[in-house]
Amino acid sequence: MGGRNCLVANDWVCAEYVRTRSEELTDATLQHVGITAASILIGLAVALPLALLARRGKAFAGPVLGLTTALYSVPSLAMFSLLLPLFGLSAALVVTGLVLYSLTVLVRNILAGLEAVPEEAREAARGMGYGPVRQLWEVELPLALPALLAGVRIATVATVALTTVGAIVDYGGLGGLIMSGLRSDFKAQVLTASVLCVLLAVAADLLLLALQRWLTPWTRIRSGRAPGVRTAKVVEPA
Amino acid sequence: MNALSDAFAWLATPANWQGEKGIGHRLGEHLYFSGTCLAVACLIALPLALWLGHIGKGGALAVNLSNVGRAVPTLAVLVLLTLTPLGRYGDLPTLIALVLFAVPPLLTNAYVGMREVDRSVVEAARGMGMSGRQLFLRVELPLAYPLIMTGLRSAAVQVVATATLAAMAGEGGLGRIITAGFNLQDTAQVVAGAVLVAALALLVEGVLAALGRFFDPMRGRALSQDD
Repeated sequence: MGGRNCLVANDWVCAEYVRTRSEELTDATLQHVGITAASILIGLAVALPLALLARRGKAFAGPVLGLTTALYSVPSLAMFSLLLPLFGLSAALVVTGLVLYSLTVLVRNILAGLEAVPEEAREAARGMGYGPVRQLWEVELPLALPALLAGVRIATVATVALTTVGAIVDYGGLGGLIMSGLRSDFKAQVLTASVLCVLLAVAADLLLLALQRWLTPWTRIRSGRAPGVRTAKVVEPA
Repeated sequence: MNALSDAFAWLATPANWQGEKGIGHRLGEHLYFSGTCLAVACLIALPLALWLGHIGKGGALAVNLSNVGRAVPTLAVLVLLTLTPLGRYGDLPTLIALVLFAVPPLLTNAYVGMREVDRSVVEAARGMGMSGRQLFLRVELPLAYPLIMTGLRSAAVQVVATATLAAMAGEGGLGRIITAGFNLQDTAQVVAGAVLVAALALLVEGVLAALGRFFDPMRGRALSQDD
């Protein structure tokens, strides 16, 4: 097991691998984090206007929710492949695909959060002379924050896992190491990259949980949890 | 959209439908993998979830399982299983991975469905003297049905997607058309394969949604509450 032998013996667990290839592992992890972070941030920027549009009435809500749900059923490999003619082999392709997936959860959760804002709060804001924009930023969005952040957590964890599929166009972060490990039958590389990927998802989830607690201290007093059951019914694409 | 018309030209070529690498064979593999694994996953997950829901225990397990399922990359599991000694048995790694990823949505939705049945309805049924078995068959199961079907639909979509990814681990299925297209640097073939996979996924989802509504035991009963 020890020292140099584990690389030669092709063991699953190999400290020597982690030591000698730490640079490769760091690069892949950084790419993974970069792709995930870009996807979630762009996803939020797109989801917010879509949720505001869907809120305008059933005529908008139907198409917006229907379309984002349909996107969710498209398998990731097909999604990335369909974007190939538009983006070529690039990181933009992977980010675009992941943004499209994140929209389903984000739009739904932002919408649920906005719809749960008490009517009295809106009326009070209007009574105090708030315009629509100020009402949205200072009253409605803060009150919708718990649901929004719950959506961000789910979308982030799913995105970390899905980023691996980006390996098909050589921008898959740790997925690239998994695929090259498969081609060369390099067990330590596949296991290390897979474990790092799960750890990354857990770390991102905990980080966002801390952010959620810091930004929305009032939710703990009421012991009200963000809509967990609602979101549990949506399943992640693979 | 040149790429799209090239893809349809690829699909319209009869030669691409025949042989072991043809669409016909790959579609057959895909449906065989997906169907078998979905059935096995149902046999494992549904009895367990319905029983746990009936006795009201194991909620943390049922809900956390889908969170864990979300965090684990499908591709990693497929590749890991392929590199284990199981990889020598042909399709076995794919089949195991497919079942593993179909179980969480089935289990979570069926459990939540059972627990979301109105407690007062359950109490009323008990008060009428229903046995545990009658309560389960006549009250809980029909009321939990919509969510059980949601779980089945999610699991089916998940299975079709995972079966596509199996191609990246060197297994068969429609994903092979996509990966072969990448290897040949043939964009038309990549897009054609993707169109097939996406169409299959949406078709499966649509058919299951229609079947779910058709067989809903509560179909048309909601009106009778008024009189």
